[in-house]
Amino acid sequence: MAHHADDQYYVPHGTKWPIIGSLGMITMLASAAYWVNDSTVAPWTFLAGALILIYMVFGWFGEVIRESESGMYNDQVDTSFRMGMLWFIFSEVMFFACFFGALFYARVFAVPWLGGEGTGAYTNELLWRGYESVWPTAGPDQLGGSFQTIPAFGVPFINTLILLASGVTVTLAHHALKKNNRGALVSWLLATVLLGFVFVFFQIEEYKEAYQHLGLTMGSGIYGSTFFMLTGFHGMHVSLGAIMLLVIAIRCMRGHFNPEHHFGFEAVAWYWHFVDVVWLGLFVFVYVY
Amino acid sequence: MSIESTHSHDNDAHPAAPGDHHDHKPTGFFNRWLFTTNHKDIGTLYLVFALIMFFIGGGMAMVIRAELFMPGLQLVEPDFFNQMTTMHALVMVFGAVMPAWVGFANWMIPLMIGAPDMALPRMNNWSFWILPFAFTMLLSTLFMDSGGPAAGWTLYPPLSLQGGQSFAFVVFAIHMMGISSIMGSINVIATILNMRAPGMTLLRMPLFVWTWLITAYLLIAVMPVLAGAVTMLLTDHFFGTSFFNAAGGGDPVMFQHIFWFFGHPEVYIMILPAFGVVSEIIPTFARKPLFGYAAMVFATASIAFLSFIVWAHHMFTVGMPLMGELFFMYATMLIAVPTGVKVFNWVSTMWKGSMTFETPMLFAIGFVVLFTIGGLSGLMLAIASVDLQYHDTYFVVAHFHYVLVPGAVFALMAGTYYWLPKWTGHMYSETWGKIHFWVSTISVNILFFPQHYLGLAGMPRRIPDYSTQFADFNMISSIGGFIFGASQLIFVGVIVHCVYKSRKAAQGLVWEGGKGLEWTLSSPPPYHSFNTPPLIDPTTISHPEEAH
Ligand code: HEM
Ligand SMILES: [Cu+2]
Repeated sequence: MAHHADDQYYVPHGTKWPIIGSLGMITMLASAAYWVNDSTVAPWTFLAGALILIYMVFGWFGEVIRESESGMYNDQVDTSFRMGMLWFIFSEVMFFACFFGALFYARVFAVPWLGGEGTGAYTNELLWRGYESVWPTAGPDQLGGSFQTIPAFGVPFINTLILLASGVTVTLAHHALKKNNRGALVSWLLATVLLGFVFVFFQIEEYKEAYQHLGLTMGSGIYGSTFFMLTGFHGMHVSLGAIMLLVIAIRCMRGHFNPEHHFGFEAVAWYWHFVDVVWLGLFVFVYVY
Repeated sequence: MSIESTHSHDNDAHPAAPGDHHDHKPTGFFNRWLFTTNHKDIGTLYLVFALIMFFIGGGMAMVIRAELFMPGLQLVEPDFFNQMTTMHALVMVFGAVMPAWVGFANWMIPLMIGAPDMALPRMNNWSFWILPFAFTMLLSTLFMDSGGPAAGWTLYPPLSLQGGQSFAFVVFAIHMMGISSIMGSINVIATILNMRAPGMTLLRMPLFVWTWLITAYLLIAVMPVLAGAVTMLLTDHFFGTSFFNAAGGGDPVMFQHIFWFFGHPEVYIMILPAFGVVSEIIPTFARKPLFGYAAMVFATASIAFLSFIVWAHHMFTVGMPLMGELFFMYATMLIAVPTGVKVFNWVSTMWKGSMTFETPMLFAIGFVVLFTIGGLSGLMLAIASVDLQYHDTYFVVAHFHYVLVPGAVFALMAGTYYWLPKWTGHMYSETWGKIHFWVSTISVNILFFPQHYLGLAGMPRRIPDYSTQFADFNMISSIGGFIFGASQLIFVGVIVHCVYKSRKAAQGLVWEGGKGLEWTLSSPPPYHSFNTPPLIDPTTISHPEEAH
């Protein structure tokens, strides 16, 4: 159903949300820049920026949801949204690929070269004689001191099971939605959200353990750098995904979506599967191998 | 899902004619520009923004050329000189050329594929309105105590990590530009794949649309990688990580790999839409269909593919294993093949055409000739063994300025002259357009050609002072630079005159040889370009098959 009866296309009118979003974004990022330079007010302005951004997200999405629920979107708009989400996820894949690339480069090239392999013989001989290439490593200068790693088959393995289970529950929720079984839909969704938050909780515990007992920090050479960068960004994505799932669950409780049209649900489910897959990569290459 | 199934239109849907639209243009300055969801208004915003950045970046270039006018240190402190080279590049790449192409995409893609607007109009607004904030933040670093970034636009560690407080602002500004580019690209892809009028099959699309489709793909693939790279710089600088610190097991060369994995596709991001524009203009003024349309499409796709596997030609001197040097050398040379296909196709299009030389055509021909010079110097640089000599000299500067200035920027100008009457509804001054072309073309060669010799003789890039043996060519180059800079004021004059003063109304079909949907609309086109899908037939597609 098009906006104007005589139009074939849907074209929305002006919107104030983007400019609000930009104001929030610049407030947040400029504050972050002052913050890392040790400004004491910056954390507060950062918070203000974040709140503006959140306000923007609610306002913008709220408008879209209202339009969607009142049937203003046709199939073409639906397809545009789908493409938008898929390509956004692709950009996220490339973002993680960058850090995985750094991990592989360090393990396959940089560290062995420092240990004297291949073309690195002179670097080793002249700068770091006696350094042997091993993984994990904090580098020839043992930056950050010695550390221990998190064993894969403890909490990380449990977290793997949790995320895999959450992939199942979100799919069960989807099936329930398609059968218009609202009770099951909401329960499975809430179960997914719960699993997501439990994952994040364990991750935080793991970080505490690393910092307080294992001596493993962001400063622990290349191992600490890649470990915290990868798991940290992943954890942020899980948190974001869990919050989005929660919003979807609330929308379901309010009776949004129907068995045929529920792109909002699907988009978040795709996103959830994406963070799931990234975790599998992390589990294998950061923890196990 | 097939595109057809999304429209339930009947076949006698008439092509949109100028009169039959209710133009509900928003009123009031803020409504019109700040809150707009209209592809033309957003396109205009992008183009005006890019033009402003072009002059800010150009001003920095003038500082650089003024300092290099003579040997010795005259005008600026060396550190400020380094800030100028760094900022000049960042502003021109991310603030001028890329946004200008997004502006063209916004204006032209819906017109060219028969759509009412972009697929995601609200996000379109946001992708633009991030940019003024991002560049305010970037430029503000010049006024900070630590000064702006001064390690070159490539931000190599460890040098870049020695920048002071401003470094964090630079990183976040780059993040914002990346977010903007990614959103813009998602929009372009969704528009092209989902909003084409029925009958506008992929292989009937104008080449500008094709090149942008592929550009958008490149952008989504590599901007996140740049974001990751600068994030690692940020954490190395402020949070004690050691990605690029060998003492901790990291490697500064790793940054170069990651940066150029972004960086080489990035140069094609700037040039592919240029290929598209030139491929639209030359057939119009040669009055012949484009030679080898499908070959052009496939050449573009293969250039894009290859652009992912050649990045280390920027790093021949860092001490890669021999196999790496060889692989990247041959892969790079392979790019010359599809690029050559394009150049030959443009020339063949002109061959035996009944050509006229209006300003857009002059710039397009200038592009073909001068871009090719840049491509050839690129081939010289691709030879790993000789790049050991050329690397980081003015030869590289000459190379990339030939592909970027009389390359990408000329194509931007060609496109501006070509579509300005369509956008504004007025004709620009052909006389002044031609003057602009000739002054620019002559001066750009005076500016950049001598830099080849400087580089071959060993003058390093990014240094404010130089040995006296380089004095003559530098002076010539600077004089060319000043003339080129000044001649861009003509460009602004022509645009301002066209928009506000010109009395000569433009027809819908501005150029008699013009093909394609954009010319079926009035000049300027109605506010929502196509309210109903236009009819697509061989007379309304840009590159109909040549009659055999
Ligand atoms: C035939 C195609 C091309 C080849 C073979 C080629 C090859 C090269 C090589 C080998 C270098 C590295 C030189 C060095 O640092 O020692 C280089 C640098 C560069 N090229 Fe190209 N190039 C080509 C086309 C282009 C195009 C189309 C653009 C942009 C529109 C471009 C932009 C650049 C830039 C910006 C740099 C320098 C980056 C920097 O170090 O700051 N090139 N090119
Ligand atoms: Cu390159």
